[in-house]
Amino acid sequence: MSEAHLEPDAAATNSEDHPATPLLEMRSVNAHYGAVHALIDVDLAIYEGELVCLLGGNASGKSTTLKTLLGMLKPTSGEVVLDGEVVNDQPTSYRVARGVTMVPENRRLFKRLTVRENLDLGAYLRTDSDQIAADMERVFELFPRVKERLNQKAGTLSGGEQQMVAIGRALMSNPRVLLMDEPSMGLAPALVQQNFELIQQIHRAGMTVFMVEQNANMALSIADRGWVLQTGRVVLDDTAQNLLAHPDLQASYLGTAEQQ
Amino acid sequence: MIGKALRRKAPRTGVDWFLTVMRVAALTVVAVGLLAFIAQEIDTNNPFARWANPDATGLTRAQFQGLIVSGVAQGAMYGLIALGYSMVYGVLGFINFAHGEVFMVGAMTGMITSTKLADAGMWESNFIGSLVLIVFVSVIVCALTAVIMERVAYRPLRGSPRLIPLITSIGVSFFLQNVSLVLLGPAAKAYPDVPDWVKSKHTFLEIEGAKILVIVVAAASMVCLWYVVERTKSGKAMRAVAEDAEIAALMGINVNRTIVKVFALGGAMAGMAGILWGILFRSVVHTTGFLPGIKAFSAAVVGGIGHLGGAMTGGLSIGVAESVGPLLILEPLGVSGVSQLRDAVAFAVLIGVLLLRPNGLFGERLPSEDRT
Repeated sequence: MSEAHLEPDAAATNSEDHPATPLLEMRSVNAHYGAVHALIDVDLAIYEGELVCLLGGNASGKSTTLKTLLGMLKPTSGEVVLDGEVVNDQPTSYRVARGVTMVPENRRLFKRLTVRENLDLGAYLRTDSDQIAADMERVFELFPRVKERLNQKAGTLSGGEQQMVAIGRALMSNPRVLLMDEPSMGLAPALVQQNFELIQQIHRAGMTVFMVEQNANMALSIADRGWVLQTGRVVLDDTAQNLLAHPDLQASYLGTAEQQ
Repeated sequence: MIGKALRRKAPRTGVDWFLTVMRVAALTVVAVGLLAFIAQEIDTNNPFARWANPDATGLTRAQFQGLIVSGVAQGAMYGLIALGYSMVYGVLGFINFAHGEVFMVGAMTGMITSTKLADAGMWESNFIGSLVLIVFVSVIVCALTAVIMERVAYRPLRGSPRLIPLITSIGVSFFLQNVSLVLLGPAAKAYPDVPDWVKSKHTFLEIEGAKILVIVVAAASMVCLWYVVERTKSGKAMRAVAEDAEIAALMGINVNRTIVKVFALGGAMAGMAGILWGILFRSVVHTTGFLPGIKAFSAAVVGGIGHLGGAMTGGLSIGVAESVGPLLILEPLGVSGVSQLRDAVAFAVLIGVLLLRPNGLFGERLPSEDRT
């Protein structure tokens, strides 16, 4: 797949739809792991209220993008912009306090802690205890099952329940944008379906969601727009419908990503 | 599911057979020793007691009680020190062998402060007040020692292979011992004389005051620590970092600061144990930290390293075992000079527990990458 297939006017339409400042943005970001050039001039913009996805195979730079957005990895050049502010030098905690949160791949709950403690830790940086309690109620409204399991150790929950707690934990930080790392990874097909429904559910509730996925068909079926990353470069940037119909995506990428 | 169950049953290797033989042998020694002890308690002349040990005399009730109480007092101190090993292992995944030396620093600080107080006359006039004061000073000094140790020796090595901080900790251990040797000299130094009520036995179960004091203070410290770790926000952060530092950072937890808090808490517990050691044995040298340190480490492993309740239980088990074990199991078996075998018994407990429960009493199964 080459960049030649990228239609220039498609990218232009994208940004014309959003005259406002993006909530989270990467401006020609380069990132390295030692000598490995993991991200090459990556441009991304996530706007308030969107559900967008970043697609790509293994080692395409998807996780690196998330790490860079969260401040776990410093870009070698370019800018990470959070709500108009360049946050390149700010630590993760600064970005979390200003509304960026991630639901990690494979959920990564604190398994030896109770569900309640997991949710409390999501709100670790917050001091507004009334609002925290209200947000916890909101999580219970979204996922009534979580309330039933509140005093259980997180490791004893089923995979689907753990996914709810992981999303709930992220929501407890009162985020403005939720990053999701491979929400379908390592889950049974029924759970993948459930998981994508959860994502749509919180998106409908008003959350901006940026998900990183290998399962392109699944992700594009619920997303508004998407990007395709290949060996550290954004090779496609278009609306979900256009991406699904794109010959290159269908031919090379989806062919290998589809498992069933 | 059936296939899964079948696959899990790995073929028994030579090592498995060897371990089984060792387990059976260890249990047999304990069982026969106990039976011989019971036999000689029932009647010194019965054939089983005679077979095992012709000179068997048995223990009186008071002797037995005394051994248990000493064991619990000593074990409580091991438990306090073990908490530091266990907590640091929990968050950083390496054994801080210098932790025993932090305990020695605590005992030394207590010795210096209490001597000063004795010179000023306060030690005699207000013993409890002085005790609170030396505990306070020692806890602060030990917490600081542990924090500086982390900052100077371990933090720069964060992310390097596990063996490297481990060996560094042995170096730090020698460093602290030698600092004490240079500053305070090689001779054993005594704590000032304690009041009579601490030395004498009390009507309550005929226990010495010092031992009651040690058990009460150790129990109180453990409750405080438990409260901090289980009920406060910092404690929650510590447990989160221990389980998954990367995700803890994602929650906005300052991982470095949390690690510093863990070292400070562990150091404080060691400082507390140092004072209790001083009150109980009233003598301290620069090598005081070595053996209790190693035994406390064993206690942490016996309980399941990384588990706080396990560290306390492990400490008590080793303390009681080394106090009671020689006379309860070894003497009835006809072993001579049993009173010198305390240390051997303590480490035999470690080996015995690991033979039967490789992850310790409360330990969870370690993920495979941790078992190296």
